[in-house]
Amino acid sequence: MTFVMDTDDVPHCRVPRGSVSLDGMDAIEVEGLRRRYSADSKGEGFEAVRGISFSVREGEIFALLGTNGAGKTSTVEVLEGLAPATGGSVRVLGLDPYTQRTAVRPRTGVMLQEGGFPSELTVAETARMWAGVTSDARPPAEALELVGLGARRDVRVKQLSGGERRRLDLALALIGRPEVLFLDEPTTGMDPEGRRDTASLVRRLRSEGTTVLLTTHYLEEAEQLSDRLAIMQAGRIVAAGTAEQVAASRPSRITFRLPAGVPAERLPEDWRGAADGQKVARRTHTLQEDLTGLLLWARDTGVALEGLHARSASLEEAFLEIAEEGHLRAGWGDDAGTAGFADPASAGRRAGHGNSNEKTGVRA
Amino acid sequence: MSTPTTTQRAGTPGTPGTPPAPGPFRAARLSPQRIGALGRAELTLLLRNRTALVMAVLVPIMLTFSIRSAAQQADLSGTGLSVATTVLPGSVGMVLLFAVYSNLIGVYVARREELVLKRLRTGEATDAEILGACALPAVVIGVAQCVLLLGGGAVVLDAGAPARPDLLVVSVLLGLALSAVLAAASTAVTKSSEMAQLTPMPLMLVTFAGSGVFVPLEVFPDKLAAVCEWLPLTPVMELLRSAWTEQLSGAGTLRALGIALAWIALSWFLVRRYFRWEPRR
Repeated sequence: MTFVMDTDDVPHCRVPRGSVSLDGMDAIEVEGLRRRYSADSKGEGFEAVRGISFSVREGEIFALLGTNGAGKTSTVEVLEGLAPATGGSVRVLGLDPYTQRTAVRPRTGVMLQEGGFPSELTVAETARMWAGVTSDARPPAEALELVGLGARRDVRVKQLSGGERRRLDLALALIGRPEVLFLDEPTTGMDPEGRRDTASLVRRLRSEGTTVLLTTHYLEEAEQLSDRLAIMQAGRIVAAGTAEQVAASRPSRITFRLPAGVPAERLPEDWRGAADGQKVARRTHTLQEDLTGLLLWARDTGVALEGLHARSASLEEAFLEIAEEGHLRAGWGDDAGTAGFADPASAGRRAGHGNSNEKTGVRA
Repeated sequence: MSTPTTTQRAGTPGTPGTPPAPGPFRAARLSPQRIGALGRAELTLLLRNRTALVMAVLVPIMLTFSIRSAAQQADLSGTGLSVATTVLPGSVGMVLLFAVYSNLIGVYVARREELVLKRLRTGEATDAEILGACALPAVVIGVAQCVLLLGGGAVVLDAGAPARPDLLVVSVLLGLALSAVLAAASTAVTKSSEMAQLTPMPLMLVTFAGSGVFVPLEVFPDKLAAVCEWLPLTPVMELLRSAWTEQLSGAGTLRALGIALAWIALSWFLVRRYFRWEPRR
């Protein structure tokens, strides 16, 4: 970690780069963002982003998660200045990325979900072209070395593998030494090695003070890489915070088998409903308490619980549950989206201040 | 003088429909460095695309020969025209249609399909720089061909030096600009690279028939000729021809210039309003 102040306990109070002296300044601010696609000949268009708010502090890695069609790319495109917001406001480095594009662009780097390069140019020609439209650009060769494409410089783009194209795209995003980096699914199509290299490169950029907003399908990537994350569902943020916080908002799980000859009726009363034959599975928000009760009962009655397994929810479970709830809510109304979840606005904006909830993980 | 094009221009100030934010379409300051970098890449791509290269370089020259044989058979008596003053403007028309207009529709659509335009828009280059740089190689080839065909043609067909070289230069430049902007505007109705083979056809056919590329308007009945004067490339052809024949009066010259400029303005307006930077999903 770099630039963390050690004078007091204020979390996330970083020394910002450059001349800005406000502490913990937000590099990206999103307030009530809406994006509606214009109507075609029929219908009234489609609202892909339905009023989301979050902020990303300088030097932070923030991940946007969500199933396909959740509105991640629609959100990122507004932040990149490719499209105007239909409603709400967006600030990147304190500026409007759409109307103040000339001021913002030299300070941002963008990697679209799908690279857009002429297939007949070589890697080096593509990098040179991109350097030519970027002020204060790194030498193209240096940018290619950063992502490990130096040896492929004379290969045409059409001959690159999917993962190599993502690397090339990343190299171009980095060519202008951006202060804010937008990465839309940066590792899709990469092999494990490529993903590891990309993750370590992104970490290095953060250590140099770069702010990173990324979207990803890989939950472990988000978990390992991001300081904070938000899960989008049908155009709304339905969960936000650190990976631990988001996971902790979902119930923990206790599973075991009763030995043969111990019927479920002998279980403590509040456990009987969780039994299915000899198998018992229970979900709980009070893992420690419930587990203590169970273990005390087992000791007192001399029952050996087979395959006892107790753990708090993982980010992946949280994500899958949220996605499933979204499917169940098919035909959602206009305010059904946030029902049952933590207030997304407050959770998203200052999740870092919350005391972390139960993080118990017990294996027996 | 109220014309369809000028009233349409006057009636649609600003960019209605797009957000009223100040200047979302930035064309103010062009950076030669950025245009150079993009144009160089574009030229590399053109040189690697055999089909496009043949269409852009060889077809206008070949068609110029067919204009000559058509002109040699046509009855030009009473029109004040010679084979040379029929063929020379026609050859420029072919350059504009094939090397610039048709070629550029393919370029813009291919870059859009490959998401190159969208990717470029995430960078510092302005919209006008991106569109201009894409057109740069085609325009350079167009200029070279015009010099070659007009120079060579004037010698071979014994046309002599143009009486109004200024008109010659202005009309070639106007023609190049108009063809490029028309190409960008035409991509709004071109959904795919396959469609890009077809999109140029209407303007090509209309121009062949009505703008005096093969047959000078002087041969047409007056009423038909009066309508054809309003076609996009007609003023360019007329001005070019007049560079040798001086057939246009002062007012006629201004009128032709006005029509050409009106078409450029209308096309640019259409580009600003309808140009698609990424493929439909």
